[in-house]
Amino acid sequence: MAHAATHDHDHHGAPKGFFQRWVMSTNHKDIGTLYLIFSLTMFFIGGAFAMVIRAELFKPGMQLVQPYFFNEMTTMHALVMIFGAIMPAFVGLANWMVPLMVGAPDMALPRMNNLSFWILPFAFFMLLSTLFMPGGGPAGGWTMYPPLSLQGESVAYVIFAIHLMGISSIMGAINIIATILNMRAPGMDLLKMPVFVWSWLITAFLLIAVMPVLAGAVTMLLTDKYFHTNFFNAAGGGDPVLFQHIFWFFGHPEVYIMILPAFGIISEIIPTFARKPIFGYRAMVFAIASIAFLSFIVWAHHMFAVGLPMGAEIFFMYATMLIAVPTGVKVFNWVSTMWGGSMTFETPMLFSIAFVILFTIGGFSGLMLALAPADFQYHDTYFVVAHFHYVLVTGAAFSIMAAAYYWIPKWSGHMYSETWGKIHFWSSVISVNVLFFPQHFLGLAGMPRRIPDYNVAFANFNMISSIGGFWFGASQLIFLGVIIHCVFFSKKKAADRSWEGAKGLEWTVPSPAPFHTFDVPPVIHDDELAHGNTDH
Amino acid sequence: MTSGGIGRSVSAWAAGAMALFGGEAWANPVPNQMNMTQGVSEWSPYAMHMVALWVCVVIGVIVFGAMFIAMFRFRKSRGAVAEKWAHSTKLEIVWTVVPVIILIFLANLATGGLTTFADTTGADMTIKITGYQWKWRYDYVDYKGKGVDKVGFVSKLEESSDRTRQLKSNLDPDKIQVDGYNTYLLDVDKPLVVPVGVKIRFIIVGGDVIHSWWVPALGWKMDAIPGIANAAWTKIKEPGVYRGQCAELCGQDHGFMPIVVKAVPKAEFEQWLATQEDEAKIQKAAQTAQNAPAPVPQG
Ligand code: HEM
Ligand SMILES: [Cu+2]
Ligand SMILES: [Cu+2]
Repeated sequence: MAHAATHDHDHHGAPKGFFQRWVMSTNHKDIGTLYLIFSLTMFFIGGAFAMVIRAELFKPGMQLVQPYFFNEMTTMHALVMIFGAIMPAFVGLANWMVPLMVGAPDMALPRMNNLSFWILPFAFFMLLSTLFMPGGGPAGGWTMYPPLSLQGESVAYVIFAIHLMGISSIMGAINIIATILNMRAPGMDLLKMPVFVWSWLITAFLLIAVMPVLAGAVTMLLTDKYFHTNFFNAAGGGDPVLFQHIFWFFGHPEVYIMILPAFGIISEIIPTFARKPIFGYRAMVFAIASIAFLSFIVWAHHMFAVGLPMGAEIFFMYATMLIAVPTGVKVFNWVSTMWGGSMTFETPMLFSIAFVILFTIGGFSGLMLALAPADFQYHDTYFVVAHFHYVLVTGAAFSIMAAAYYWIPKWSGHMYSETWGKIHFWSSVISVNVLFFPQHFLGLAGMPRRIPDYNVAFANFNMISSIGGFWFGASQLIFLGVIIHCVFFSKKKAADRSWEGAKGLEWTVPSPAPFHTFDVPPVIHDDELAHGNTDH
Repeated sequence: MTSGGIGRSVSAWAAGAMALFGGEAWANPVPNQMNMTQGVSEWSPYAMHMVALWVCVVIGVIVFGAMFIAMFRFRKSRGAVAEKWAHSTKLEIVWTVVPVIILIFLANLATGGLTTFADTTGADMTIKITGYQWKWRYDYVDYKGKGVDKVGFVSKLEESSDRTRQLKSNLDPDKIQVDGYNTYLLDVDKPLVVPVGVKIRFIIVGGDVIHSWWVPALGWKMDAIPGIANAAWTKIKEPGVYRGQCAELCGQDHGFMPIVVKAVPKAEFEQWLATQEDEAKIQKAAQTAQNAPAPVPQG
């Protein structure tokens, strides 16, 4: 009886009440939407912090904020962008697209899905509230190195917030793995899955492996601060460098958590607009897996200047350089996918092409940083800041924007304004280079990172960078405008297959995707799959 | 930035651009500098940096070049029809093996650099560096095999920079100059004086939190960590004043703890060291006289 009742209810579409629909949601599409809205909000909050940083660095001398507040801004900017903007955006995309791509009716664990999202607003409320507390927010950098991080007054709040984010990520990862391994439609073999699904499967394992490590590290910080343990306290026989080993054992896989799903997205979009199957599907999957494996044995490349024994420096240098090989394979395969295609350049494709070029530039600086002796100069300078913004902003964030333009017709049922999408793209891609490219020069010339003021020799490139920063920040308001217009005002209906060259199960359902899809498992035709069946 | 700053900077652009390609050595940051300094020490990662940079530029030109050709030739608007192929074992082997060969070449270079850097033996002098929030302490431990008697001092941001860097001080950073070179936030009250042509071993520790001692002209930075004694070395080739900064976030005034190394000829250094030792003795004597209780008869 009870079963029949729920079953009936399921087919009625979305619940009517706002609370019922959004707060109590167990629907993968609605939860995906919540994640994406949350991520966009955090993107603007983290962006506001970045504007404070770039404004203070606009010219030499201290004009706007106290140095301590400046440090709070750099710390919060990183924490909000990494844990609030990039990671939830990818989880949101996974929620929306993984079930649609593998032909599943929903995520495997819908209630846990609700919980893993709704933890996040509380975590970030707690994290951000520290800025309004008497002792101020965390100011020791997102890397939280002791002993400095333990000098802060907000340690307990920050650590609790990080625990919540970690729990949310782990639950999200479990859900994604369970969905991919158990809920695929018959005929959707592992090696027929879209690369995006593959990339998330591997990312989810990375998350489960390393989030508990972060939790351990911050818990040790907590007990050092409040319970008189001495894990990291040299005076009590502890070792501050131990923290760095643990942190980066989490931290390096973490940076790949933020780029592997991006690889997946780009591997969906380029074949669509090149109208040609992805080049070397198996190599692409294998490259992601080997990058994920290598990411566990390179952590100390963040620690070349802590005075490691020479043998350790050599090992971590070689292992880090090895990552360039599978990363190179991916780039070459994207270029080969374009070669011999029939390309058009809609906004998602433009962002994807910019991704390939600019992410590769970030990879180049990564390769340079991997050379330990040279890193003795680069480390903790603006050169590193330039490196990770090329891989994270023009890498991860651009892939998220590409994904938003690519799938928003499926989500909303409307086409966005191509003109304004292109304006957003060109404005972003130019400004982001004005913002970050000069930072390579600053770092090479000797400007350390995380400083609120600098010598006059660094003035011009800082001013250029700040102008690029304000411009890039303003450009994202266009993004917001395009999304709002598309969802609420656009008159242009999206076709089920919104892009001429689009392949994959998600394009076989109506646009907008109905509240419930694939109640009956779809029949898989091999030529429907994005990578085609020419590969095997 | 002031208009004077811009004027001066414009002429420096040219120098900066020249230097980028000519590989000129700067001792200290110059306006619009775009590249790493060659440094003034026997050990320098500059050559390796340039090799890696050019390797990246060449690969970049090939990959991006191929992309732009593809974007031009294979556009739908030019009537391109998509081909069907989706892999090529031959190509995939090529672009796995070629990068590996390039990497082996780079790794070989870098390993050499690491080995020479790690070798702190055979030093003729030892200096202990301690990082504090937010200043450095230098202690001269030994010179030419002889212990140095109580020469040590604290070195911190010089006073005019410190006044100028206060929030809304309305003081002009451009005005802080030494010999026509802007030293805003890059000058200290008391520099570290060292001899040229002598292999100096530094022992680097942290006094409270982690700092990092970095003078770009010496080619490296090394973290100053509480409870750990790190070692590094330099052998400076030319006399001069070399400036750097703390490179590891260490709290609110992390941006305001510069480093100045003054390298002088050996004879001058020895003279300086002798004066310092004398001063230390006088000070010590004065202190013991002051602190000593009434002399106790020996017995
Ligand atoms: C070819 C691939 C890459 C290599 C060889 C590489 C290498 C490195 C190295 C050696 C550092 C340490 C630099 C230093 O602190 O001195 C570093 C820093 C960093 N990298 Fe990468 N990287 C690569 C790709 C990526 C990717 C894909 C991401 C993220 C999407 C990323 C994000 C970061 C971040 C966030 C930091 C700075 C962390 C911090 O100190 O706050 N990197 N990278
Ligand atoms: Cu890393
Ligand atoms: Cu510092």
